[in-house]
Amino acid sequence: MSTRKFPADVKHLDEVREFVGQTARLAGFTEKGVYAVQLAADEAASNIMEHAYEYDSDKSFSLRCEYKDDRLVMTFLDQGSSFDFSKVDKPDVTANLADRKIGGLGIFLMHKLMDEVEYKVTSSGNFLTLIKRKS
Amino acid sequence: MEITTKDFKHCELVAVTGRVDSATAPQFTQALDELMHKGMYRIVIDMSSLEYMSSAGFRALLSAQRECKRHNRGEVLLASVPARIREALELAGFTELFRTYPEALEAVGSF
Repeated sequence: MSTRKFPADVKHLDEVREFVGQTARLAGFTEKGVYAVQLAADEAASNIMEHAYEYDSDKSFSLRCEYKDDRLVMTFLDQGSSFDFSKVDKPDVTANLADRKIGGLGIFLMHKLMDEVEYKVTSSGNFLTLIKRKS
Repeated sequence: MEITTKDFKHCELVAVTGRVDSATAPQFTQALDELMHKGMYRIVIDMSSLEYMSSAGFRALLSAQRECKRHNRGEVLLASVPARIREALELAGFTELFRTYPEALEAVGSF
């Protein structure tokens, strides 16, 4: 198990992807699985940087990444503004070009790429947990 | 991320290499906007050396496609899309919105 802190600055997204990618590779995920884990982590981190902290690079969030019982578990914790995942409009991915919404895609991808997505607001911060099974 | 643009008689070829994420997508958007401001709406994006693209890059593609297709003045075509990126585009329902080609020159020739 390993935990790291990242500032709310998009310059650090490379490190976020590298961090989770390394754990997924060591756990024996296929390249497709590694890419899915990296993309979901990137979308989660990008959301926190933008919505929880409004790109204030003095603020940071922690990311714990562990592989256990055939599951890769990524837990993001931030102390920024919380938002209700359920209220984010699901993009219509079948809409034609003119009607296609630009937003909401990151969260949609997270749900598609991961087996479980959980968002919890507590007194110690906002927890976002993403779980991907290896098999 | 690096972007190289090449002029062809009937279109522009934009080769994007490396990684497009929230940090680099603004540059990608800017490169596409500059072409469109110059009245170039027929654009082929060569993804053969693209390693990674997040939804920030997808949004840039969507905006450009909307702008180019307006008044039937052009289109954005995708070429040599790497497997992982294609899978993510499929999940987002983007493969319906873009014609894709196995080779950049084939896409260039289609204009």
